Amino acid sequence: MNHGILLPIILPLITAILLVLLSGRRQLIRTTSMLSATALVAVSIGLLMQANDGQIRLYAPGNWLPPFGIILVLDRLSAMMLAVTAVLAFFSLAYAVRGHDAPGDRLHGMVHFLLVGVNGAFLTGDLFNLFVFFEILLISSYGLLLHGRGVERARSGLHYVIVNLVGSALFLMGVSALYGITGSLNMADLGDKISKLDPADAPLAATAGILLLVVFGLKAAMAPFYFWLPRAYAAASAPVAAMFAIMTKVGAYAIIRVYTQIFGDNAGILANFAWFWLWPIALITLVMGLLGALSARELRVQIAYLVIVSVGTLLAGIALNREAGLAASLYYLIHSTMICGAMFLLADLILRQRGELLDHIAEGPRLRQSALLGVVFFIAAMAVAGLPPFSGFIGKLLLLNAAGVQADAVILWMIVLAGSLTTLIALSRSGSMIFWQTTDQVESAPAADKGALLAVIGLLGCVGVVTFLAGPILDYTFKVAQQLLEPGAYLQAMQQFRVQ
Amino acid sequence: MEALVAVVIAVLVSCGVYLLLRARTFPVILGLTLLSYAVNLFIFVMGRLRAGAPAVIGSSETYADPIPQALVLTAIVIGFAMTAFLLVLSLRARAELGNDHVDGGAAIGEKPAKPVRPLEEDEV
Repeated sequence: MNHGILLPIILPLITAILLVLLSGRRQLIRTTSMLSATALVAVSIGLLMQANDGQIRLYAPGNWLPPFGIILVLDRLSAMMLAVTAVLAFFSLAYAVRGHDAPGDRLHGMVHFLLVGVNGAFLTGDLFNLFVFFEILLISSYGLLLHGRGVERARSGLHYVIVNLVGSALFLMGVSALYGITGSLNMADLGDKISKLDPADAPLAATAGILLLVVFGLKAAMAPFYFWLPRAYAAASAPVAAMFAIMTKVGAYAIIRVYTQIFGDNAGILANFAWFWLWPIALITLVMGLLGALSARELRVQIAYLVIVSVGTLLAGIALNREAGLAASLYYLIHSTMICGAMFLLADLILRQRGELLDHIAEGPRLRQSALLGVVFFIAAMAVAGLPPFSGFIGKLLLLNAAGVQADAVILWMIVLAGSLTTLIALSRSGSMIFWQTTDQVESAPAADKGALLAVIGLLGCVGVVTFLAGPILDYTFKVAQQLLEPGAYLQAMQQFRVQ
Repeated sequence: MEALVAVVIAVLVSCGVYLLLRARTFPVILGLTLLSYAVNLFIFVMGRLRAGAPAVIGSSETYADPIPQALVLTAIVIGFAMTAFLLVLSLRARAELGNDHVDGGAAIGEKPAKPVRPLEEDEV
């Protein structure tokens, strides 16, 4: 067995425990945290290169064989998600270590616990284990969201926690109902069992499937379950909000995983039943996110709504249930995670130079580094709105191309194209208000920390890399989609693994 | 027995959902607790109800499915931890927002209360 598969879980776990023990020695904590984040980037790129050969690698902790033992699965999709997470975590932590991790020194430990949960959710091949990793990432995210003070954090934190606890209850019901029908929790085995399901049990299995869709939709912030997100993300501290850019993608990942591998093409009468619901929901999510971005009065709330827009776009591509759609969506996922993270960090740099006004989109004093931050904001806004030559444009173009020209695809065309324009208008409004509509006085704030600025530019640079390397990355995401939609590949890998 | 257990789960869920929709944090926490009890029972029942069958092979003629029992244990532990966390959080929200409304504002027709006391630096 390839023990490397365990590293993305073990490495942050050991680091997190170490960081808790080091409490009180801030400089040492920052160094350890950054070292571990760097190592995680290296590990995930290594795993990405391994997974690129198209083989599905399994790891059975404790040598308990599937379908009864819990297994970890490294395929192209999970390797890609791991790499995106590691890169985002690296830059968020790089921003945090420049003095943005106050108060106290507990932020780093919690970020690494969050990474345990996120990486575990990407790697696990067991539905109940997915629940456990979800809980690990949720409890760390509760801590991270409430980190620091503020009335707004307590208020939005309460909503976030309660909503997610209800989600966990529904998740357990869905999982146990599936277990009650099929007697299995392993995703590959579940897919097999569902395909041979007694038609009398199908309604119950569909109910369980819909319950899971609700839960994953809650995590992914799809309509009508996104109301917790804007407040929570806007209230969180900057490195945390940037890190949370991956959290909605965990939900989207779970949707891809469960509805292609358990309720996919093979699932008999339940085959692909989720897409019927997901398609209109994705379009509604897109529209609601755009309306929110237009009406936002604070920059961070606006960015949080742009996260919802990205979720809508992503889900629309997934709901097409076509190789090209899935591939375009996955490319867009990489782009949107990086750019939303970068936007949250940038908003923090901006609001530090606006005194009491913070990130309210209103006339105020001129920023101390108006030109520098303005240029960075301009580039980021172009990228997030999906204007050429940035990767958002490539992602949207491919998505529309994959949708084709049927009647229902035309609605997607209209929403996505009008959406790019809306995003542009919303961001032009906030940008011109913040950078141009200013009084003569300059706020006497300290200049932006060079290291923190470098972290933002680095994350934007990653968006640039995603743009420049669009060819190879798209090649990869197409292979991911192929692997996901190939019937029975996962099950075969598991059967071979058992024979070994 | 199945019908009885199903009714119990249904009553627990409906009471839980009712309490969840209340405006104060304490009833909401109680609602979540009831909901998690219902979920735990539901998981347990998914292993089928059988009398006199331990979840150990070989100790008697029939045996019960051990996996749901293990799942229930996990769910109980996680639910317990989350409830404890939510209790602490709602206490903090009570202190910072000055009331126990889930939206942090006073209910209609009520005077907004003052925070008990602002939190100190080392308490955060």
